[in-house]
Amino acid sequence: MSTPALRLAPHPSFARSDLAQREASGHGIGGPAPKRIIVGYGFWIFLLSDVIMFSGFFAAYAVLFKNTAGGPSAHDLFDLRNTAVETACLLASSFACGMASLAVGERNLKWTQLALLVTGLLGLAFIVLEIREFAGFIARGAGPSRSAFLSSFFTLVGCHGVHVSAGLLWLGTMIAQFYAKGFRQDIRHRFLCFSLFWHALDIIWVAIFSLVYLVGTLPPELLP
Amino acid sequence: MSEHHDFEAGSYVGVDRVPSQPQREERTLKQEVLGYLVGLALAAALTIVSFWAVETHEIYRPGAAVALLVLAVAQMGIHLIFFLHITTAPDNANNILALAFGVLIVCLVVFGSLWVMSHLNHAMLPMDQLMQRQS
Repeated sequence: MSTPALRLAPHPSFARSDLAQREASGHGIGGPAPKRIIVGYGFWIFLLSDVIMFSGFFAAYAVLFKNTAGGPSAHDLFDLRNTAVETACLLASSFACGMASLAVGERNLKWTQLALLVTGLLGLAFIVLEIREFAGFIARGAGPSRSAFLSSFFTLVGCHGVHVSAGLLWLGTMIAQFYAKGFRQDIRHRFLCFSLFWHALDIIWVAIFSLVYLVGTLPPELLP
Repeated sequence: MSEHHDFEAGSYVGVDRVPSQPQREERTLKQEVLGYLVGLALAAALTIVSFWAVETHEIYRPGAAVALLVLAVAQMGIHLIFFLHITTAPDNANNILALAFGVLIVCLVVFGSLWVMSHLNHAMLPMDQLMQRQS
């Protein structure tokens, strides 16, 4: 690669690379987009397909909501104080994850690990609360096999819970990777994907607490 | 930066920060933290209003469910802007397009299911009559 002729014969589209790279947007003008953009976009597509999967569970829940088969209804079961604490945990966890991504941007290992630890502990608190809630329902005879309403409820909320649990495992590996490998570019890209995943789970939880828990506890005569 | 380096085809692939980009103003750490704090405050405020809307009689009661839906959509927007950093910048155009398509599919699945199933419920005989006919 030492022959100057080779190095000075770029494809015409790269000739104005200084100007062009500034405009690089992944639309064919200005050369390839930075890898961070491409990685983020690919993961964004995955997240959207995950959201579409959740929309199927939401649709099933909305359709089956009133089919309680003589068993307990949403109004009888849900405890909004528990939901409020869960919501606070997940929102604070999402914020802590944002702080972690700023710390990664600053290449500050101590703050990164601290913020990730807070993110994980709040996520864990959410999962513990959710498992306790589910166990309480099942102990009262309102398990997933009781009615179509409860089947769809456990599928929807449980699926979110499984996602959060998987996110916690991923978070653990991120802490270990930052510790062992530092702020390498590929590690930062993995972390970018993790933070997108974690924030997206919070968005899905917003839909769950509003449309499942809050709408569910409205008096039945107010529901459409 | 040397001119040689400038011309190396594809040399920017994999580089996180485009070398010639600093013309665009970089946000300082303080501004970034402030952005997250604003997002957190707005999301928390919308959450509190949602929980309040369940109990209150300030809102026209039959509209409470719709109010909760609107609050949820608003909060999702806040999360997208302040936490997921969806912007209108050119490097975000693909993300926005994918998001728009995702929203379309989600609306089709959810509202389509509700629509179709409510019509089927209307068209179906009540369960006891159905059982009689089958026997």
